[in-house]
Amino acid sequence: MIEFFVTLFSYEFIVRAVVVGALISLCSSLLGVSLVLKRYSMIGDGLSHVGFGSLSVAMAAGLAPLQVSIPVVVFTAFMLLRLSESGKLKGDAAIAMISSSALAFGVVVTSLSSGMNTDVFGYMFGSILAVTRDDVTVCVSLSVIVLLLYILFYNKIFAVTFDESFAKATGTRVDIYNMLIALLTSVTIVVGMQIMGAMLISSLIIFPALTSMRIFRSFRKVVICAAILSVVCFFTGILLSFAFSMPAGASIVLVNLGAFLIFAVIGRLFSPDSRA
Amino acid sequence: MLISCENLSVSYEKHIAVENVSFHIDDGDYLCIVGENGSGKSTLMKAMLGLLPLKSGKISFNGITLKDIGYLPQQTQIQRDFPASVFEVVLSGCLSRRGIMPFFTKSDKLFACEKLERLGISELRYHSYRELSGGQQQRVLLARALCATERLIFLDEPVSGLDPIVTAEMYDIIRTLNQKDGITVVMVSHDVPGIISNASKILHMDTRLLFFGSSSEYMLTPLGKKMLGGASHD
Repeated sequence: MIEFFVTLFSYEFIVRAVVVGALISLCSSLLGVSLVLKRYSMIGDGLSHVGFGSLSVAMAAGLAPLQVSIPVVVFTAFMLLRLSESGKLKGDAAIAMISSSALAFGVVVTSLSSGMNTDVFGYMFGSILAVTRDDVTVCVSLSVIVLLLYILFYNKIFAVTFDESFAKATGTRVDIYNMLIALLTSVTIVVGMQIMGAMLISSLIIFPALTSMRIFRSFRKVVICAAILSVVCFFTGILLSFAFSMPAGASIVLVNLGAFLIFAVIGRLFSPDSRA
Repeated sequence: MLISCENLSVSYEKHIAVENVSFHIDDGDYLCIVGENGSGKSTLMKAMLGLLPLKSGKISFNGITLKDIGYLPQQTQIQRDFPASVFEVVLSGCLSRRGIMPFFTKSDKLFACEKLERLGISELRYHSYRELSGGQQQRVLLARALCATERLIFLDEPVSGLDPIVTAEMYDIIRTLNQKDGITVVMVSHDVPGIISNASKILHMDTRLLFFGSSSEYMLTPLGKKMLGGASHD
């Protein structure tokens, strides 16, 4: 068993994958708490599909994938926020529409230009072992920025998530912090897509938050537990995937599902309602 | 004069919710905005706080800014199952005084504890907000509002959904805040019989302004008599 791990981590590409994956799991779980509580869970899903569309287009045009995708996804995130605020188009419907169109667009562009090659397939379902050294640099620096900004604005993010009207009425620039959340989410999604794939990245955002909410009842504890849980589930999932040669992204999602079910049972057993 | 509003109009899409309303708030006032459901009371308050855009008119703040205001909004769906401790919620009221600084200081935390004490909810400090009763939740939100202000507080239907005993307690707390602590109170309510003895001024509206003046004058108007008499049939 130990031998298996030692051999595993002697490969540089595996170490790279694990480092990048752990950081992405951490960032997405932190942001996930706010997104889930603000009822924006679907935004993660929608943005990942938009990310896929823009990556496919970038590749067909021979442009650098990340440099094209990040601005496009950030722009979409701002637009989605605007739409759901103005109430002209119902938030969930808008997201469903945009995400399926982006996905379709990406697939059509790809098949017209190069056909479904392995790169595109990787962005769809994740290709954690294809992480290059450059990817690691970009990913580590972006994750550190996301983490720092999150810690720095933690109290404001709480206030804006819990009660936007109060925060706005007492002079907090709510729109700026909403944009910050959207920006950080977009960056995390685009970077994370390479590992988890567009189809699975939204589960990294949603699961840890939902899971820790089963048990914990304060915002700080939910955030901390989500962060730890997300990294633990990532490691468990990726080890399982190596051990049983399963796809990494899907294994991680299934481990997250398992954790959710366990927490849900524990939460049910110890909830104040059942004690009363 | 703390705030003066001139000819305010607010509309949602094509529907006009507040039309040409003028009034002012003085330091130390206890102003109650009353009216039927859908008469634009909450809309007027939200517009004053900058949460809704004005269609026309002008609001001037004299010697205060939004950062000096405390607000108790109506509860939202999001808050009903939000995992947050009472202390986290109350402390977030100190945010407007923090400005650009990212973290709360020891004095902010002491200030928040003081407000918990003041409203008699110190023992709930570590409880989860979503597991409290309606009356306790309102006290928590009031404590948060007090963290944000020592001068002017806006309350949007603070007793809706509370039972009569808790309602009376809430009115007592608000009256003391106004009389002992000298905090100016602006409250939206449809419970005219409940507030008439506390409020110093009444603003009665139904999209347009129907009455603005002292509560003793209001009681003598046909409108006031109807609202006070009508309540016994509820």
